[in-house]
Amino acid sequence: MAESTDKASEILQFSLTAIAKRNILAVQEYTLLAWQSMANIFTSPRYLGDTLQQADIIGVGSLPIVMLTGFFLGAVLALQSANELARFGGLSFTGQLVSLSMVREIGPVLTGLMVAGRSATGMASELGSMQVTEQIDAMRALGTDPSKKLVTPRVVSTIIMLVVLTVIADLASMFGGSLVAVFMLRLDGNQYWSTAWQSLALDDIVMGLLKPFVFGFIISTIGCYYGMTARGGTQGVGRATTQAMVSASVTLVISDLFITKLLLNFFPNL
Amino acid sequence: MDASLPTQDPVIIFEDVSIAFDENKVLDRLSFTLWHGQTKALFGVAGTGKTLVLKLAMGLIKPDSGRIIVLGQEVSSMREHDLFALRRRIGMIFQESALFDSLNVDDNVSFRMREEHVAPEECERRVREALHFVELEHTMNLYPSELSGGMRRRVAIARAIVNNPELLLYDSPTAGLDPMTSTTIVELLVKQRDVNKTSALLVTHRLQDAFTMATHRFIPAQNKMVEVPRGSDWDSKTSFLILKDGQKLFEGSAAEIATSDDPYIREYLTP
Repeated sequence: MAESTDKASEILQFSLTAIAKRNILAVQEYTLLAWQSMANIFTSPRYLGDTLQQADIIGVGSLPIVMLTGFFLGAVLALQSANELARFGGLSFTGQLVSLSMVREIGPVLTGLMVAGRSATGMASELGSMQVTEQIDAMRALGTDPSKKLVTPRVVSTIIMLVVLTVIADLASMFGGSLVAVFMLRLDGNQYWSTAWQSLALDDIVMGLLKPFVFGFIISTIGCYYGMTARGGTQGVGRATTQAMVSASVTLVISDLFITKLLLNFFPNL
Repeated sequence: MDASLPTQDPVIIFEDVSIAFDENKVLDRLSFTLWHGQTKALFGVAGTGKTLVLKLAMGLIKPDSGRIIVLGQEVSSMREHDLFALRRRIGMIFQESALFDSLNVDDNVSFRMREEHVAPEECERRVREALHFVELEHTMNLYPSELSGGMRRRVAIARAIVNNPELLLYDSPTAGLDPMTSTTIVELLVKQRDVNKTSALLVTHRLQDAFTMATHRFIPAQNKMVEVPRGSDWDSKTSFLILKDGQKLFEGSAAEIATSDDPYIREYLTP
């Protein structure tokens, strides 16, 4: 009896050690990939053509979904908030509420989640397919660094395009809110836009534009990491794609809290 | 001395190379040398580490212990960044070709040259030359998905030889192909060996491919390979290496393997 308990304890200890080692290795590999993706910017060769191509795929390709979701979210936000604001006689602040909440918080997170769903999965599946068919090894064998050729262009273009997409999503949401305000809440359009515009201070815009930088980095490095480490044929690629989507989205939402707290600590006026 | 015969300059040296994955020891103190101008054919049952030998030689994987010296540089201790320059002197043909499926044949073959910003005219000339070598000039604008398995292997060979490498690593270039296409591929390997004098490490499951390489020469004037009579230098350029349980079981010429008394080798040679 005691012998079997010892054996079970030994197996459990061995399993836990294996899991811990695997996870530490994954964190190490991800950190190295993320660091290398940024360090590559400062060394040649630089792949400007690949970066522009990725910017087109990530930025232009994500434009319709980002505009559409931003528009309807802004409209819903205006509609929901109108009820509460009317109770306090503050219906005229609808524009302010939509613009502030979208620019500071919802715009960056929403755009980040949309791009994570579309691009992190795209990166994981594309690079994963290349990995399992030995195309990544072939690239290394041809003397080209896959980290420079494949990862850095994706990371740089995602960071830049996420900032642009966030601004577009903010504008689309305010436009959606304005349509609700004018046609459903019977508010004056000029009043909506002037309160929405005037309520925005430089601090709000700084916070709204700093977040996409970090989110873009998180989304692209996670997508590339799962792609570059995919194993096990087509099933492995599918698994990598799902993991990339889940990890990127969860990490993005968690990091949002810490970034907000950090920004508020460093810049109390924000 | 015939300049085409192997010389005593080592191209690849494996010294007591070992590597294990988890508890599974795949290579156990493996040592061998590939000489300049020589083709060494690697045999062994599935999972014995043949492909691993090629990846180790290319520096794609690091050994747990031992030294690997390729073209005078110790790849087993080099950093990834430093390996890229060395890899440009080596051509590798992967088992499943590993062509970039988003690029057409032209872009696949010229990939390295485009990375080095070679002039477009020079690039096109060399791509046509390499594709002419594998008799696939007409496929320049096709994508890998539009090619047959044999054509993909030939494009992979063109991609590997376009920069005139000093060493070629072939990973089962005839696996899964019909006999006619396999013969075409083997003829290309013989042509590359005899015309361009490139040293090579060949992983294959097909003994007849290696024996064909040992017993044939490419005659450029006739643009085909012909069998050379036994007794001349028919097996001087090709040697055989058989792996078993991660260790070297046999290393020698075609004549030596054909007359070996080792029961495992006899069984291996039996069709």
